[in-house]
Amino acid sequence: MPAFDSPACGSAAHRLSRRALLGGMAAAAAGGIAGRPALARAVAGSGKRVLQIFLHGGVSQLESWDPKPGTATGGPFRAIPTSVPGIHVSELLPFTARQMHHLGLVRGMAGGSDDHARGQREMFSGRDQPVPLDVPDLGAVVAKACLADDFPLPGHVLIRGGGGGPGSASALGPRYAGVIMEDAKPPAFTDRPAGLSAEAERRRAALRARLDARFTGRRRTADTEAYTFSHEQALDLLDRRQVFDVGLEPERDHDRYGRSEFGRHCLMARRLLEHGVPFVQVNHSNYDTHFENFDFHVEQLGEFDRPFATLVEDLATRGLLDDTLVCVMSEFGRTPRINAGYGRDHWGKSWSVLLGGAGIQRGAVVGKTNADGTEVIERPVDHGHVFHTVLCAIGVDSAGSFHVGGRDLPIADPAKGPITELLA
Amino acid sequence: MADPAPIDPAATHETASHKHGRPLVACAWDPAGKWIAFSAEDATVHRLTAAAGAAADLPGPAHDSWPWALRFSPDGTRLFSGGYDGRLVAWSLGEPAAAAWLVTAHDGWLRGLAVSPDGTTVATCGNDRTVKLWRGADGGALATCPGHESHVYAVAWHPDGQRLVSCDLKGFLKEWDAAGAPVRDLGRAEALWKYDTQFRADIGGARTLAFRADGAQLAVGGITAVTNAFAGIGHPAVCLLDHADGTQALLLEPKEKQQGVCWGVAWHPQGFWVSVAGGGGGGWLRFFKPGEAGEFHALKLPANGRGLALSPDGRQVAVALADGTLRTYGMFAKTA
Repeated sequence: MPAFDSPACGSAAHRLSRRALLGGMAAAAAGGIAGRPALARAVAGSGKRVLQIFLHGGVSQLESWDPKPGTATGGPFRAIPTSVPGIHVSELLPFTARQMHHLGLVRGMAGGSDDHARGQREMFSGRDQPVPLDVPDLGAVVAKACLADDFPLPGHVLIRGGGGGPGSASALGPRYAGVIMEDAKPPAFTDRPAGLSAEAERRRAALRARLDARFTGRRRTADTEAYTFSHEQALDLLDRRQVFDVGLEPERDHDRYGRSEFGRHCLMARRLLEHGVPFVQVNHSNYDTHFENFDFHVEQLGEFDRPFATLVEDLATRGLLDDTLVCVMSEFGRTPRINAGYGRDHWGKSWSVLLGGAGIQRGAVVGKTNADGTEVIERPVDHGHVFHTVLCAIGVDSAGSFHVGGRDLPIADPAKGPITELLA
Repeated sequence: MADPAPIDPAATHETASHKHGRPLVACAWDPAGKWIAFSAEDATVHRLTAAAGAAADLPGPAHDSWPWALRFSPDGTRLFSGGYDGRLVAWSLGEPAAAAWLVTAHDGWLRGLAVSPDGTTVATCGNDRTVKLWRGADGGALATCPGHESHVYAVAWHPDGQRLVSCDLKGFLKEWDAAGAPVRDLGRAEALWKYDTQFRADIGGARTLAFRADGAQLAVGGITAVTNAFAGIGHPAVCLLDHADGTQALLLEPKEKQQGVCWGVAWHPQGFWVSVAGGGGGGWLRFFKPGEAGEFHALKLPANGRGLALSPDGRQVAVALADGTLRTYGMFAKTA
């Protein structure tokens, strides 16, 4: 464990003191959810956010970020140049290729699982599985770190287009648990029942608050705080339901993002990030292509490419990318060997993750695989390093700990650290 | 000279094989009987002398992706190859062979090609959702035919040479005249497509397309009854459609529902369909009589089949296999 106040990421810009973190956590533990940790105050003040695109099922690195054309494992696709000289990606990503100067690549993902559930848990939690403790996932950690005291919206939103999630908040508490938007629709139960007027609802809320105050005056616990918070958040959501209405975005933007489900979800993500939601996860499903990998990657990445590239471009042109870390990941990659059904199977030994935006060195490539992509030959890293890197990039000292229930809970795997070469 | 053994699909047996280093993706048999061509995942195209089995690479580089479709001209003097690089290449098969012309035919994958019965026109189709016509002599563009709403997987000329049919990922068929003008929508091979709601992807399409010799029926090969798109859990099938009105006449399926995809189908001049399949259930040659949904004979192959071609005399069938071999099978009894 590094010493207090040590810059875990090698940059003063990324430094948050562990003392402040522990102090804040202690305050939170003593004062319930209303007591915001210093960690959150410091990072929230910087306005940092994270956009996580999760390509469920395991996107093929060879058909995306680490193409190997002309080899026995390369498949039928060619590599194309990007906006960064010397970096090539698969021809399935022509729009993303033009945004590469905003992005960076980790081509040395190694040592991962070949199992869907385990791989997802590892990527979401940044911990080798199984872990003895139920640790919070990235979305909850980012929300905990970045959510301002008076922020009225959820800090951790999953726009689900298939796939699992959201990640667990674990001991951090329900405030940081993910809120699900199924198919970019507002969270469930956030519309007022037709027979309930706004005035009646206001009076109901006031009555509940009075009763709640009387009760918590005598029996205040973390549970009652969580209960109170849930009610208040629900009321805030009712008042701000329009934030979740992607239909309010201009028609021309719907056209730019494309009229697909994923296009709508990316536009929704932009809307949430613009409204300051600290952690937005968008799932795109599915890439588990044991059969006809190439046909399905034409289909799936054809759906992914333009909306994602448009979102990156919009974040950049609107001045949000400097404060928004972008990551595109899966639970694992796919086998370099092409099976007899034109498929690729699960592969955790040599694959890729894309990171970009806030705190990331744009246009960087860290890690390298061999000629046929079967092993990492330079700078092997894994889910733990990526987890550290994401947090460091938005200014969180990933070597710090949460103080929960009277004990320290390391924010990230203490045995690992950030990919410093990728940090700006 | 003794009469050759009569055609007997039930006696089908391997007659020759040629090993290539990489998995094959397609094959074709020269209508003049001299050559068999095959292509492979290394982006190469080859010709074998059908009699001796000696192979030679056609000079490259012409493709830089998998040459997915191969067809000879009717007189056997040219071979056309189409690839996932979108290119259409015409090979002159003299000595030495040489690329006569090359065009970038499609934006994205070229998935299917067919040569008109008179050899003058080559039809191609691809992921840009178009069918295109090319002059066989020099590769001049003749027509672009939009209209499909998904990737166009296969194309076939009607035996009369006056029209052609294309079929897309979702099984929709369209008919075009020889100049590329739309004639009609020709129904749908609906059994060969599904949208997998779990995986949120389309699965299916015409992996092969062939007319019966009299042009009255059209065979569309692919995969049906899919329960898990990404694992290929479904079985090979051939949807037979009446050309007159596009209605499904019959769905040919294996009696034992081995998993896989039908990658090739052909009408044998003696009046039966031959198909090849590959997938989780292995590679199979199957033979179907008219009017019967189940095969009357099936032969297990040593690897997944990926394409087939009949010899012009109808006595043999060539199969491109995933294990990198091109094998020929005689449809007659072995002689001692």
